[in-house]
Amino acid sequence: MIHTIAFYLFAAILIASAVLVIMSRNPVHSVLWLILAFFNAAGLMVLVGAEFIAMLLVIVYVGAVAVLFLFVVMMLDIDFAELRGGFMKNFPLGIALAVALLAELVLGLGAYRAGKLELGQADGTAATLAGRSNIESIGGLLYGEYLFLFEAAGLVLLVAMIGAIVLTHRQRTDTRGQNISKQIARRPEEATINVKPEIGKGVQL
Amino acid sequence: MTETFINWGMTADWAWFVATICGILLIALPLMLGVAMIIYADRKIWAAMALRRGPNVVGPFGLLQSFADGLKVFLQETIIPSAANKGLFLIAPIITFTVALMAWAVIPFNSGAVLADINVGLLYILAISSLGVYGVVIAGWASNSKYPFFSAMRAAAQMISYEVSIGFIIICVVLWAGTFNMNGIVIAQKGHVFGFLNGFGFNPLLFPMWVLFLISGMAETARAPFDLTEAESELVAGYQTEYSSMSFALYWLGEYANVLLMCTLNAVLFFGGWLPPVDWAPLYWVNGFVWLLLKILFFFFIFSWVKATVPRYRYDQLMRLGWKVFLPFSLLWVFLVSGYLMATGHFA
Repeated sequence: MIHTIAFYLFAAILIASAVLVIMSRNPVHSVLWLILAFFNAAGLMVLVGAEFIAMLLVIVYVGAVAVLFLFVVMMLDIDFAELRGGFMKNFPLGIALAVALLAELVLGLGAYRAGKLELGQADGTAATLAGRSNIESIGGLLYGEYLFLFEAAGLVLLVAMIGAIVLTHRQRTDTRGQNISKQIARRPEEATINVKPEIGKGVQL
Repeated sequence: MTETFINWGMTADWAWFVATICGILLIALPLMLGVAMIIYADRKIWAAMALRRGPNVVGPFGLLQSFADGLKVFLQETIIPSAANKGLFLIAPIITFTVALMAWAVIPFNSGAVLADINVGLLYILAISSLGVYGVVIAGWASNSKYPFFSAMRAAAQMISYEVSIGFIIICVVLWAGTFNMNGIVIAQKGHVFGFLNGFGFNPLLFPMWVLFLISGMAETARAPFDLTEAESELVAGYQTEYSSMSFALYWLGEYANVLLMCTLNAVLFFGGWLPPVDWAPLYWVNGFVWLLLKILFFFFIFSWVKATVPRYRYDQLMRLGWKVFLPFSLLWVFLVSGYLMATGHFA
């Protein structure tokens, strides 16, 4: 029974916060509702027994992606009246996208119900392999069966990362960098001198 | 505990529910008491290193100082700046405090004494500690004030930076332990070095990772020397500038609960958790919880010691340390550890 209560709690909060993401007037509030939605989605994942995916969702999306979102949205000075101005113009496009998404969802569910896809059980719970945890199963698949695809995905990401760095990197010549090893290697003898000048005489530096 | 409640005539569902609530209270209440005492200990250690007396007026040896402070902030008025975003301003300290308590759910206090014995315990801790930044960022933004906002920006960048190297350090430990379960990690450390030293930290290959973890832990909890989020010489009081009374106290409690959590993680991941330091039968007569507590207190002393003696980092130095020193070093170490384990047939 607690399972059912938990499911409806997570699901209701998830849908409500997803609606509030697009309804709230302030973009910072939108991002915070989005974070709540991610969090509740992670809760649903735990309920179907996919705890590894749930943790990944929280670590990657809530812990990193949403922080960057929040960062950007907080720093930007967005004018909402202007943003909302294009609402009627983009409305048909939005409807078309929504219909496409709905069709895909129905198609996917239909294909899944028809069987033959060995993703999980038809009641929605993930298929658990006897005696193996989530992490071991995913690890076995990623690093065993789909090793080359996995490595290829890694390479694509690496190229994208290098590309982003090359595009945004700029060499600054007007700043003086700090050479930490040089600072640490400096000894007191090189940096200070001890002199006893006669009275009335200055010190030659 | 669930069985006890079933014997009292509850259905299995309700027994589990009540047992979990009891477990949460059993962890959270002593933790709050511990936080109050650890704040006192921190002030005493800091004072001793500065040749001062520290709190010594309220109660014997000033032991009740934290409670007096608590009572004081409880009786004060909560001031909300008129330009602040009211809802978020009040939610932010609650988030920090709640998140600081949540992570304790998977900490094993003794053999089998853990609230949620889940497969992904260590990942759960990583996930929860990455949530901690929201309390600070939201506070900085909702205060609608310059210095808190600067502080929030710093906190976000700092916590993300050090989480990366903490992730790699954790991978080294997990590779050796072969599990993400916290209890499993503790048990994997039994007789780890020469068959009688309990703890990955005694392993020469993992010792550098422990040093990195200790320093990253200080940066992650924004403790001195990495307390740039509340650097009083630059940012007034950082993200807490606009906070008063209980909302301020919640930040304080959350911060120290996080520090205690980092000390506990040091003990659990690298020094055998509830195991005695040496795998010798008479030492097992002492309760495992006592060993864990001693280790936590030892690491907390190190945290205090560092706070009392090391000057604050500059922000660019902090970023340099995180990204240019810790990240490559821990990445290299993942490579070394996995290479060593493969070569010695650990995974066979």
